[in-house]
Amino acid sequence: MLRLTLRRLALTIPTMLAAATLVFLLLHLVPGDPVDVMLGETAQAADRDALRRTLGLDRPLLEQYAGFLRGVATGDLGRSLVNGTPVSELLAARFPATVELTVAALVIAIGLALPLGLAAAARPGTWLDRGSVGFALLGVSVPSFWLGPMLIILFAIDLRWLPVSGRGTWAHLVLPALTLGLGMASILTRMTRASVLECLGEDYVRTARAKGVGRMRILTRHALRNALAPVVTILGLQFGALLAGTVITETIFAWPGLGRLLIDAINQRDYPVVQGCILSIAATFVLANALADVVNGWLDPRIGASAARARP
Amino acid sequence: MTRPSLRLVLGGALVALLLVVAAGADWLAPYDPSAQALAENLAPPDADHWLGQDKLGRDILARVIHGTRVSLAVGIVTVAISLLLGAALGAAAGFAGGWIDEIVMRAVDVLLAFPGLLLAIALTGILGPSLRNVVIALCLIGWTGYARLARGEIVRLRERDFVEAARALGVPERRILVRHLVPLLATPLLVQGTFGMAAAIVGEASLSFLGLGAQPPTASWGAMLNDGRAFVLVAPHLTLFPGLAILVTVLGLNFLGDGLRDRLDVRTPTDL
Repeated sequence: MLRLTLRRLALTIPTMLAAATLVFLLLHLVPGDPVDVMLGETAQAADRDALRRTLGLDRPLLEQYAGFLRGVATGDLGRSLVNGTPVSELLAARFPATVELTVAALVIAIGLALPLGLAAAARPGTWLDRGSVGFALLGVSVPSFWLGPMLIILFAIDLRWLPVSGRGTWAHLVLPALTLGLGMASILTRMTRASVLECLGEDYVRTARAKGVGRMRILTRHALRNALAPVVTILGLQFGALLAGTVITETIFAWPGLGRLLIDAINQRDYPVVQGCILSIAATFVLANALADVVNGWLDPRIGASAARARP
Repeated sequence: MTRPSLRLVLGGALVALLLVVAAGADWLAPYDPSAQALAENLAPPDADHWLGQDKLGRDILARVIHGTRVSLAVGIVTVAISLLLGAALGAAAGFAGGWIDEIVMRAVDVLLAFPGLLLAIALTGILGPSLRNVVIALCLIGWTGYARLARGEIVRLRERDFVEAARALGVPERRILVRHLVPLLATPLLVQGTFGMAAAIVGEASLSFLGLGAQPPTASWGAMLNDGRAFVLVAPHLTLFPGLAILVTVLGLNFLGDGLRDRLDVRTPTDL
């Protein structure tokens, strides 16, 4: 188990390297001269040279790249062009808020999807099953940047149950987490239902039934555990959508996380901060996928070993 | 042939309706979508303006109707480019194998190391906000899905008997790929493309909502939602209607995709 975990973690290194390379190249995609874009074309030559040096743009490309990678490895991502704060400090200040929101959304998604998907699979064709299929379809079709404002109108303005925006108490967390989590909940519900249905058709379930194992116990102990592997894989992959979704959710609810920082940095053309935000979100995603594989290996030792080999 | 499913009919009808609205926007819209009436700003729906007016007094119904054009145009262009590009690269990779396969699939892996929307936000943020850059960003992410699909299908079909038979008859390799294998990709790509169009439309709306897509005065549903954000307390109709338009469009395309998939018996990566 430990070996599998370590091996899977080692496999994230090339992926991280590729991600860092792409983030490095982003700055060089800026149309024209990034220094002109940031300072405007009327800036003084001395200021332009100073900024060029700060960004390292006066050095050869390969040297810039090596410097960038060294910075990433040591946690030095440069300084904000707007206020001179180290990017790593800005990220560290915002990271907890984004983690809090993402974890809460994840809890909502799993908490809704597993019981709903399981119940639907236990009684296929009933109103409960149809309801869960309908929920899954609607959930993937409702965009979060519409769901969020609608939830605000209903729960914060009409009913006055919850605050409109901002971060602070538990009450502040409810609407953003729902907005972010419902889309994933619908995908997971669909996945859980399909996966459990498939497992219920397996021989070992028939054997358990023949032995007289209770209905509930078959569902939870026999079918669910085996059905979880594809669900966990999708969970890992969908985690990326969740992380990217925080950018939108944080914008709707004025939630002070990485996503808000990213959009503010884009609007201020603060490129080092943009790079830092994207890199940290991408790194979290890569690690989440590795974690999903490790959990899968724990759920089912057969697939664990092969997954670690097959998917970098 | 059995009767088409309810989903297929409903999805097809919705998508056809949207195409008609997009094509006839100039005739259908009751007002000029950019005509301002500042005295009536944020006016709620009434008999003259069925869906109300926005912060500049522009007619929301007219803007929702013209927004259909933006959404569908971005969706169609994005899917067309990324599907052709992805299918060509994926088919080449699957058929040739070796280093071509290696390069294409590594590129796919690198792009998939990022959450798609995040990469699109980064690209439009860096390239500058515009619909053209939105399409570029969405294509750069979008082609990977079609490449994987096409490669998988080609690898699966490559060893089949009819390919062996063609080879034995002396058909050149390139002709086998183009005449015998590529036509078989059409159905799965069509299904995938339908879902891809829903994703592209949501992608454009997301970016425009963040201020990275359509710029004023272009009527884009995402940009309208962004405008409405500041007035959600006093004028919820600014948010309600463009969002409903997105919901109906995405539902229609998802219905159509589901219906086509069941009808044509295709397995897509969204299946188990």
